[in-house]
Amino acid sequence: MDILTPILAAAVRSGTPILYATLGEILTEKAGIMNLGLEGLMLMGALSGFWATMTTGSLWAGVALAFAVGVMLSAIHAFLCITLKANQVVCGLAIAMFGAGASSMLGRSMVGETVKGFSPLALPFLSRLPVLGPVLFDQDILVYASFVLVGFLTWYIYRTRWGLNLRAVGEAPRVVDAMGLSAVKLRYFYTLLGGGLAAVGGAYMSLAYNKMWGELMTAGRGWIAVALVIFSIWNPLRATLGAYLFGGVGALQLRMQAAGSRIPAPLLLMLPYLLTIAVLFVISAKKGKGMLQGAPAGLGQPYSREER
Amino acid sequence: MSGIVKSFVGVRANDNVCFNLRRGEVHTLLGENGAGKSTLMNILAGLYLPESGTIEIDGRKCSFSSPKDAIHHGVGMVHQHFMLVPVQTVWENVALGMDHFSVVLPKRKIISDIMSLSLRYGLEVDPEARVWQLSIGEQQRVAILKMLYREARILILDEPTAVLTPQETGSLFKTVRQMTDDGRGIVFISHKLDEVLEISSRITILRRGSNVGTISAENASKERLAEMMIGRQLMRTPDKTLQNPGDALMEARSLCVRGDRGRLMVNSFSLVMREKEILGIAGVSGNGQQELCESLAGLRTPESGSVIVGGTDYAGRDARAFLDAGVRYIPADRKGVGLASGMNIRENIALRKFWSREFCKWRYFLNWEHIAGYSGRLVERFNVVTPGLGYPVSMLSGGNLQKLMLARELADHPRAIIAVQPTWGLDIGATQFVREALIEQRDRGAGVLLVSDDLDEILAVSDRIAVIYQGRLMGLIEKPDRVTGEQLGLMMAGTSLPEYDPEYSIKPEDERHGGATGS
Amino acid sequence: MAVRPVLRKRYQTGRLTDTGLSFASIVLALAASALLFFLLGVPPFRALWLIFSGALGSWYGVGEVVVKTIPLALCGIAVALAFRMQVWNIGAEGQIYVGALAAAAVVRYCAVDSFPAMFLMMTAGAAFAGGLWGGAAGYLKARWNVNEIITTLMMNYIAIHLMDYFIYGPWRDPASLGFPMTAPFPPAARLPMFFDSRVHLGIILAFIALIIFRIVLRWTRWGFEIRVIGENPRAARYAGIPIMRNIILVLFLSGAIAGIAGMCEVAGLQGRLQHGFSPGYGYTAIIVAWLGRLNPWGIALVAFFMGTLLVGGETLQVLMRLPLASTQVMQGLILFSVLAMEFFRNYKVILVRDGGR
Repeated sequence: MDILTPILAAAVRSGTPILYATLGEILTEKAGIMNLGLEGLMLMGALSGFWATMTTGSLWAGVALAFAVGVMLSAIHAFLCITLKANQVVCGLAIAMFGAGASSMLGRSMVGETVKGFSPLALPFLSRLPVLGPVLFDQDILVYASFVLVGFLTWYIYRTRWGLNLRAVGEAPRVVDAMGLSAVKLRYFYTLLGGGLAAVGGAYMSLAYNKMWGELMTAGRGWIAVALVIFSIWNPLRATLGAYLFGGVGALQLRMQAAGSRIPAPLLLMLPYLLTIAVLFVISAKKGKGMLQGAPAGLGQPYSREER
Repeated sequence: MSGIVKSFVGVRANDNVCFNLRRGEVHTLLGENGAGKSTLMNILAGLYLPESGTIEIDGRKCSFSSPKDAIHHGVGMVHQHFMLVPVQTVWENVALGMDHFSVVLPKRKIISDIMSLSLRYGLEVDPEARVWQLSIGEQQRVAILKMLYREARILILDEPTAVLTPQETGSLFKTVRQMTDDGRGIVFISHKLDEVLEISSRITILRRGSNVGTISAENASKERLAEMMIGRQLMRTPDKTLQNPGDALMEARSLCVRGDRGRLMVNSFSLVMREKEILGIAGVSGNGQQELCESLAGLRTPESGSVIVGGTDYAGRDARAFLDAGVRYIPADRKGVGLASGMNIRENIALRKFWSREFCKWRYFLNWEHIAGYSGRLVERFNVVTPGLGYPVSMLSGGNLQKLMLARELADHPRAIIAVQPTWGLDIGATQFVREALIEQRDRGAGVLLVSDDLDEILAVSDRIAVIYQGRLMGLIEKPDRVTGEQLGLMMAGTSLPEYDPEYSIKPEDERHGGATGS
Repeated sequence: MAVRPVLRKRYQTGRLTDTGLSFASIVLALAASALLFFLLGVPPFRALWLIFSGALGSWYGVGEVVVKTIPLALCGIAVALAFRMQVWNIGAEGQIYVGALAAAAVVRYCAVDSFPAMFLMMTAGAAFAGGLWGGAAGYLKARWNVNEIITTLMMNYIAIHLMDYFIYGPWRDPASLGFPMTAPFPPAARLPMFFDSRVHLGIILAFIALIIFRIVLRWTRWGFEIRVIGENPRAARYAGIPIMRNIILVLFLSGAIAGIAGMCEVAGLQGRLQHGFSPGYGYTAIIVAWLGRLNPWGIALVAFFMGTLLVGGETLQVLMRLPLASTQVMQGLILFSVLAMEFFRNYKVILVRDGGR
């Protein structure tokens, strides 16, 4: 059992940045917009968070700046996709490309620098529980924040009236508009919010996980988050499990290598992607007729108000 | 509502219309397709802005800038296509967009409110069910509940019984009566005369955008209503030469076809198209004409029954088989099924026959030179005004677009032609052209099936007329110059008249089968 | 009375407007890049000048640009073929990888001494592997309506990891001191190069592909069917064109062409299979296809332009110590402006008086 605990703890740490990004994208997609540029958002978040912390010495300034940068970058996506009705897939790819390139370009002077970063904060009583203690309750504050976020979002989406509006605008923006709410404003809001969260996930990488900045340090986590949104069928709780699972694969693989395991690392790393295709297949085949079960019906379709 | 004027693309959908609604009454808006009923009500419901005219509610002038505005003033509309979110539950749909309760959705309170409304008005539905799981009738109840929940005093029901079974209709009427007993006013849009007479207090008839008159239900009779609806001496243009119809060309036998929503749109329909004959189909749109034509063209597979072309059953075969058999389809949705708007004129003409040897060279390559020449000749013959053959068809005006379609479909002497709303939206010149083209084809020996909303057109062009209602053959008129507008109106609205009963009309098979083949 | 802007859909754009808009997007993107350089403290005009002069200022530079144009053009065609049918092949990158993988497999397991034989086998293998990769996504879409954007995207990563498996594992060159790469390909498996540059046989393949692309789309029955499906699937159905079959076929061919591009890269340019041999050609190809308006001349032009940017970026890296990533940034900016311009291609903004139509 003792081999398992550190692996699980590492899985949680490794999965947290993915979780932030996935939660953000769940919000965005529930509103009907696809933002595939999570990798770019995460990298920009990692960079800006790192820079802010290095310059001001404050970790929270880093997180705040990361969020703001995420909002700004996803504002481009929102404007192009919502107002200019551009192809959301291509636009998301552009954001990923741009974010990756910009972060490498802007961060070139900071490669290899380190910060003290977030350190684990053991919760008084809970961290002494067997297994769960060190895995869940001896982590840094951003991890705890992610727990709270998952709980909050689950409550928000399914139990509040704003969550109802969110779900409706992704399914049937026409209906939402007819009820007097602005589908466009809602979509903007959730795209920006989702982008900000993804950037915070990136900041976690540079401020807590690795405590340094390096080019392309997110190593594809943004793409896993894209897959994870579908894998979790747009549900925050399932996303958590998925994030730790996929984060864990990475952590597991490292340890297995170190332990001299014979299973080649790349095959393990393929797993998240294969699983996503499998899930996609299952939910498409079940409902047939083009409606992805669980996916917001209006996902990816540009919406324009009919003329009066 | 007084003096309401609203136009679309130059056509006056509502021409100085006045309409009023009393508390506790069911006031029906009656009229043919395109009479302006939906437009008027969309204005009342806040979806459209009138060009001029005023709306007064409870004596106060109002102007609605959005549906939400209208709902605030107590006006709620239940559309033909319900504004519901399929994936969400009933109670979520009802509660959507309401902002006078707390942040956390008071699920239990909403559900209990729904249940009490439900009980009071006979709108039984499971609040926790998801809308896509419900039958259409139940979905309609949810739409009504939505409006009642928002305390609408004025409810507009747009063709509500179009999607209901007779039992559900009865249930709806009970609901309507309860709602009026509570002091609400209901506007009922319909074209089904039986129901209209059953449920209404007053009836207003719209015709071609104008209010023709309002009568109380007691003074109304089906004949009177039908006459007011159609209203005029129907024009007949006797400039076609009489032809003797030839042999049976295409036949629908006990055809049953399901529509996109799962309902049976064509119900045991049997009809014969003959050579050298134009068979018109009269009926209010939405009664199965579209589905019928699609199955006759190979675009929809019938659930049961057969489509006989030249002696063989083609039901269920793909479109190309029908095309090769000489059947041509001129759809109402020109840009949808007929043409590819982004492609140029040559390419669209090629669409009909590009696999034929005539258009190909070396078997897999298209012979564009030949196609260009062919297109040029076609465009000239049918007088299509184009900026050039290489320009996308989206640039053509409506009339020319239709001429192009006709050109393409009629050019190679088809045996059977199915034309749906061929003159819709066209000006007089183009309309004339289309009608003459169809008559010319008939004279040449083809059989034409004409579906049109425009009764004048049906009467002007057809040699025989079939009336369709709710997917059934309501009546078959062998001699169109004898039928009156009133009789047509009655059949189109659901009343069968013995003298036109298809059971007793003469059809070629009768000699073989020794009896009727209808219904 | 208030006046407000209203959108009206455009029916068509003239050739002039079309080219004008493409041009405008590039200008806009270059302007944005200049701004970015300026903000970074890099003299913007000098940077832009260096990009173009470094890339095109010498024969060597031009050669290098052509070298990069080859995979971009091939993948651009691959992607454009699918896009013409409104099928979104985002998986060109993965298809390149499996194509290269197949070529390396041929070298490893079926090496013979004759170049024509090797060439044939590698090309066939790469095409088949890439085709399978694309066709699988196509089958999923045709049969079960599984969204091809996500499947092709995911398969990119699967392909990359698959290749990593081989080159970190069983195929690793023992003489490579631990670097993830295979042994160099034997001479029979290498594509000949022209003149003194590194421009290899792939350029002929690219050229052939461009021509075939044009011929097929414009002159053949099948090309016509593809165009109609992309334009209006319902009209295609009425014309009797089989849609499901074509989805699979098109994705197969698209993957095959991309696979061949991969083969060209490893057999023509690099001479061995190594980690990360494609700097995102599959993704850049999407820009190439889009900006090139999905037609062969546009694709060729834009591929050349992108190649210029890539080589110019290398110059910038050397001379101004800007990271190679700056080209990625420029690509991103170009894509943004193309997307923005696309809007004006589809809609006209006109002012309408309030109060109804």
